[in-house]
Amino acid sequence: MKYLDEFNDPELAKKLFADIDRVTTKRWAIMEVCGGQTHAIIRNGIDQLLNDKIELIHGPGCPVCVTPLGGIDKALAIASLPDVIFCSFGDMIRVPGSNRDLFQVRSEGGDVRIVYSPLDAVKLAEENPDKEVVFFAIGFETTAPANAMSVHQAKQRGITNFSVLVSHVLVPPAIEAIVDAEDSRVDGFLAAGHVCSIMGTWQYGPLVDKHQVPIVVTGFEPLDVLEGIRRVVIQLEEGRAELENAYPRVVSEEGNVHAQTLVAEVFEVCDRMWRGIGEIPQSGWRLAPAYREFDAELRFDVGAIDSPESELCRSGEVLQGFIKPNECEAFGKECTPRKPLGATMVSSEGACAAYYQYRRLDGIEVEVSAGG
Amino acid sequence: MCLAVPGKVMDVRDDRGTRMATVNFDGIEKEICLAYLPDIAVGEYVIVHVGFAISRLDEDSAMETLAMFRELGILEEELGVESSEAGAAS
Amino acid sequence: MADKPNFNGWSCPLPLRDYERIVIGHGGGGKLSAELVEHLFLPAFDVGVSEELRDSAVIDLGTAGLAESGGRLAFSTDSYVVRPLFFPGGSIGDLAINGTVNDVAMSGAQPIALSSGFILEEGLEMATLARVASDMGTAAKLAGVRVVTGDTKVVDAGQADGVYINTAGIGIIPEGVDIRPGRATPGDVVILSGPIGMHGVAVMSKREGLEFGTEIESDSAPLNGLVADMLAVSKDLHVLRDPTRGGVTASLCEIATTADVGIAYEEALLPIPAEVAGACAFLGLDAMSVANEGKLVAIVAPEDADAVLGAMQANAYGREACIIGKVVDAHHGVVVAKTTFGATRVVDLQLGEQLPRIC
Repeated sequence: MKYLDEFNDPELAKKLFADIDRVTTKRWAIMEVCGGQTHAIIRNGIDQLLNDKIELIHGPGCPVCVTPLGGIDKALAIASLPDVIFCSFGDMIRVPGSNRDLFQVRSEGGDVRIVYSPLDAVKLAEENPDKEVVFFAIGFETTAPANAMSVHQAKQRGITNFSVLVSHVLVPPAIEAIVDAEDSRVDGFLAAGHVCSIMGTWQYGPLVDKHQVPIVVTGFEPLDVLEGIRRVVIQLEEGRAELENAYPRVVSEEGNVHAQTLVAEVFEVCDRMWRGIGEIPQSGWRLAPAYREFDAELRFDVGAIDSPESELCRSGEVLQGFIKPNECEAFGKECTPRKPLGATMVSSEGACAAYYQYRRLDGIEVEVSAGG
Repeated sequence: MCLAVPGKVMDVRDDRGTRMATVNFDGIEKEICLAYLPDIAVGEYVIVHVGFAISRLDEDSAMETLAMFRELGILEEELGVESSEAGAAS
Repeated sequence: MADKPNFNGWSCPLPLRDYERIVIGHGGGGKLSAELVEHLFLPAFDVGVSEELRDSAVIDLGTAGLAESGGRLAFSTDSYVVRPLFFPGGSIGDLAINGTVNDVAMSGAQPIALSSGFILEEGLEMATLARVASDMGTAAKLAGVRVVTGDTKVVDAGQADGVYINTAGIGIIPEGVDIRPGRATPGDVVILSGPIGMHGVAVMSKREGLEFGTEIESDSAPLNGLVADMLAVSKDLHVLRDPTRGGVTASLCEIATTADVGIAYEEALLPIPAEVAGACAFLGLDAMSVANEGKLVAIVAPEDADAVLGAMQANAYGREACIIGKVVDAHHGVVVAKTTFGATRVVDLQLGEQLPRIC
């Protein structure tokens, strides 16, 4: 058992597709919250192979895409300071702020480095005592324990030249905001399995009860995604709204308690802006008072940065399934993958970016058969 | 949102008070922090995200899920119920 | 490449006035420069000191066979700035030879001569340079091509990163051979010469901030012999491409755009080694966009496919060659992949270098 190939098996996928077809009688709109699941859907073409009664809405679960413009502009300003080594996960590097990205800052002389783990940034701080090392701590609940540990370790080891620019977001308030929205079209949710591996499934029960919407905790391999969809459809067809765990090999009800404990010590809940959606109350984490000394926003005075989002961009409506990407006036004109205006065009899995790619086929029947 | 992949714990050690492991991903080995899975043993599989093991993989549960997938449709076939055409067959 | 010298415990044989490191004077054109050429480069490139050194190399195209070939030369240049300088399975030295040999070979030409230009950083260890030069010499010998002219400049410490190398190569294109991207034609078959992603993963495994353990080695290899074997069974190869930076994806996208054809491949047929898949999984990369340095993509007419594939599989550098897709008269300029589930996906060029992802 290697836990990868087994859950990519095309033969088992056929069985799952067939069973989804068997149980579907009505039209349903299902949102996969997490960008990782969107990736599996696009990468494998699951959306094309599902019966046409099921519509998948790609949710806001990509931390890179939803990091607000103002947060990125702060990162750019700090990264441009002399004697700063600015560390980031690879996928934040090309995300444009108001007028440039971190790659451009690097070309202008900024010391911007890609790290695999937040602990690599702590190590850099230890190795460069004459520099200020700043880590761009973005992510959902999955990434928070790693980012919390970097701050905790810096404090424990007395590393004073390390700080973090925090832009953490939380899944349950986002789901709540989406179901609460007027005319919400989402009938059921695939919850993000890796977020739940940290936080457990207990957070989602109250959401299910309050909004009477099925939530199925779902994994990331293609078969996991199909199983999540199958279980949501079964619930919807039977008129049930329950919390189910379709990823039990990884997710438990209580989650990872060790991780929750440190996260609760290092972070506290706050309101947070989401790119394309706006502010969602109590939907983020910032450093708790005991760790505030590691807050890069307080350590570096880069002035008040409050960048307005593009007025043209309708990514919030796309994210919530109200409009298709090509119904936005800016789509393919002012807004392209090279020059994205909003969250959904930023990441290659974003709904608009994916749509942009597929549109190139223009409905042409694709014939592929290698045979030699 | 969160790229996290399964790997096998090859060894476990202490680095200045932090529990670390070498985790093998299909022949690729990487240093991984075990702080959040203090009870994990060598030979077990874990889910890794940005250098941290965040969850233990439960083999029995994985087998059960796969077995359940294999069973899908078999009942209908036995009963002679025609399942609608599989999307994957196109 | 079994006959590579072992540099464990290597010590520099140079008199070089006992310099253990490159100094500015080594690029100054004086005695130090001459000594560097005489004692380091010439032995490494297997050129005798007795051979007359002059400002330019003179190549006798008559003996090289140009007249009989129809008179066409292939000419290519590339610069090598890889970091780290040494990585599992290769170094900047063999890359600098193989890369240019392969670029020349992708026109169907047999390379006959290479040039090499070095930009050295002041302070570079002489032993490091000797190792690089020796790798170049070994690679050139393996490819059956000679380095006939060269140049060395030294820049101030901090102005370069150890060693930069530029090589250029010329080769003779056999008569009747017309290999170029524009010849990809609907119906043609797309062949890949072997497992992909190995070079990129090997280099990444040693890159600062990403280090990981792997047994995988760069596939750095000269492909002129493989191309010659392919041409021996069919002179009508349509397209050859070495999928270096940007990987196979970049090669296919460029061909589709240039020839204004569609290209479709099947993911189930892709030869991706388990370790490459493992590295791509945990870094969030796409193996089809990872660099190769000893592979080629061939596009051939369907009636030639079996013979060409057979010839490739009979060559050491094409043993695992396989068909991955075909050229189609649809979705012009666009590459699509058929997923293992049977869906289709548009394959696009990466914007730049692939970066490790968290989501």
